Amino acid sequence: MNNTEIIAELQPIFADILDLPDLRLTAKTTAPEVEGWDSLAHINLVVAIEKHYKVKFALGELQDLKNVGDMADLIIRKLGA
Amino acid sequence: MLSELSVEDLLRKQKRLRRQFLENQNGMRELRIAVLGGVTTAEVVDLLELLLLDAGFRPVFYQSEYNRYFEDAVLEPEKLVEFRPEIVYVHTHWINARNNRLGAAATAAELQEAVAAELARYQEIWNSLHQTVGCNIIQNNFETPPVGLLGNSDCVSDSGRTRFIWELNLAFSNAASKDPKLSIQDLNSLAAMIGHAQWYDWTRWFSYKIPTTPEASLAIARSTAAIIGAIFGKSKKCLVLDLDNTLWGGVIGDVGPARIEIGKETALAEAYTAFQQYCLDLRGRGVLLAVCSKNQEEIAREGFAHPDSVLKLEHFSAFKANWEPKHQNIQAIATELNLGLDSFVFIDDNPAERALVRAQLPMVLTPEVGSDVSLYPAILQATRCLESVRLSKEDLERADAYAANAARASSAAKFADYGAYLDSLQMSAEIDLFSPVYLDRIAQLINKTNQFNLTTRRFTYAEVEEMSKSPDAIPLYGKLTDSFGDNGLISIVIGRRDGVALHLDLWLMSCRVLKREMELAMLEVLVERAGACGIERLIGYYYPTAKNKMVEEHYGQLGFSLESSTGEGSIWSLNIAGYVPRTRHIAILQKAAAANL
Repeated sequence: MNNTEIIAELQPIFADILDLPDLRLTAKTTAPEVEGWDSLAHINLVVAIEKHYKVKFALGELQDLKNVGDMADLIIRKLGA
Repeated sequence: MLSELSVEDLLRKQKRLRRQFLENQNGMRELRIAVLGGVTTAEVVDLLELLLLDAGFRPVFYQSEYNRYFEDAVLEPEKLVEFRPEIVYVHTHWINARNNRLGAAATAAELQEAVAAELARYQEIWNSLHQTVGCNIIQNNFETPPVGLLGNSDCVSDSGRTRFIWELNLAFSNAASKDPKLSIQDLNSLAAMIGHAQWYDWTRWFSYKIPTTPEASLAIARSTAAIIGAIFGKSKKCLVLDLDNTLWGGVIGDVGPARIEIGKETALAEAYTAFQQYCLDLRGRGVLLAVCSKNQEEIAREGFAHPDSVLKLEHFSAFKANWEPKHQNIQAIATELNLGLDSFVFIDDNPAERALVRAQLPMVLTPEVGSDVSLYPAILQATRCLESVRLSKEDLERADAYAANAARASSAAKFADYGAYLDSLQMSAEIDLFSPVYLDRIAQLINKTNQFNLTTRRFTYAEVEEMSKSPDAIPLYGKLTDSFGDNGLISIVIGRRDGVALHLDLWLMSCRVLKREMELAMLEVLVERAGACGIERLIGYYYPTAKNKMVEEHYGQLGFSLESSTGEGSIWSLNIAGYVPRTRHIAILQKAAAANL
């Protein structure tokens, strides 16, 4: 799967957790510009992504992500590993 | 039903589920809960909120800032006091426990000192909460550390952290057994049930200060919701059991009573015997048992005459073996036992029967028990529907009391005149102001009585305690004894004084003493007490609910006059001056009076 496909899969997950049915994610989307994407929602997002892809992020892996595109790249790396 | 959703679904749909619950919030009771955490509590609280919404509450939360539980409870309780919690949940973790000061060479005395110091710190929290907010406290105990530094001997050595946690947990239990407003949540058993490998998540601890996996957070939330449900009287009261392939193996109508699987002969027979023993043990702690089976009644009864049957006929408070649909039989049992349908759990190995009861009677809990009886006790325990805050004397004697009721009913049939029957019961009632020894039972009765309850107002233990001390309240309890035994504390009336009027905020009675004229005896003492304080008028209120239609005319029957009546209820009044006592069949003892005899 490529970056765009992952983001397309992330969209309904984000929409559910943030309760924003009309949310549109792009690679450039960042937390501050999305309503309700606070640190607590972030914890839920990480749980949902881990469960969806059956991966477990190691300590520190999430620290340097700047936007949704970075998250998608990380998921691709984890799936490939 | 939330119980069928995984933690993944619950967390993912949390916001939407919450919104949907709040949109249909008719009749939901607000519940103010403060969570004081030594860890990040947001995830547990999100899940707990959904579970409580599902249980019919409308919870409102206060959460302390991360790891500010001690400060919020002891040093700066102002915000907490302002929130007016009805429950405070102190959710701390062994990581918060100050056990690290024990060096490797710690002595037995140093260990005891460290335990005492940590206990004292928590007692300071509980005492401060008692004084400032005065509500029920839920305090979890601690899981053992996942890695005992000393390996196996970590639970033996005076310097072992495992040993320290064991000692501290025991000290918590001892403290709670003496404090009716403190409930311990057994986090240690919860972690053991799930397993430390599935419980702890150190990535989340270091990232967010959440020490547990989402699955463990859900287990914690479920257990907390169960304790809160029990405090507010939502636990189930009666287990309705199928017979064939549920209480014994085989179809008794086909194989005959001698050939059912029960006893010690086969593995399967042993498993059915173990489940019967589990049911009998539940009965011993106050859960009623009833039979609901598609069978010919005489044949069904023969199963319990089997010499290896642990359960005997006398253990059942109701027995329905016929060919009627099961949901109708369960309704009949509810009427017979005077219990609401939401007090029942239905256990049946047949998935079609479960589906029928679940569809027809959604308020009855019908767990998916499957068909392997060896799993039934664990499945039933996992629902946490029988949680009890603490056992009262009434719990221990309840099943026998219902049996005595059956004897009373059969003797009533022999009297032509109902009054003669009541006289034959040789009833005597103790009616008096609330006293400390009964507060547990009073709070329990207030929170679970639905049918004979005029206002259905709920009060916590703390509120009941406060009322018992208030100079403006006349809070009465009534106990009734008769020739068949002690019915225990079965009626409560709470009057609130306002000038020369007394407002009856609560009038309730247990249905096991219906039609015994106990309400006349309660009124007699109430009038006497009220008159002695210069009160001239009693004002009674009836607020209809789905369950209390039986008391619609209660005040009218007692001689009150109707003041007004609207869709929301009716208001009644009685002038004390014209009151004539009508108690004819009950001897009334007031403790103060009894003491003078």
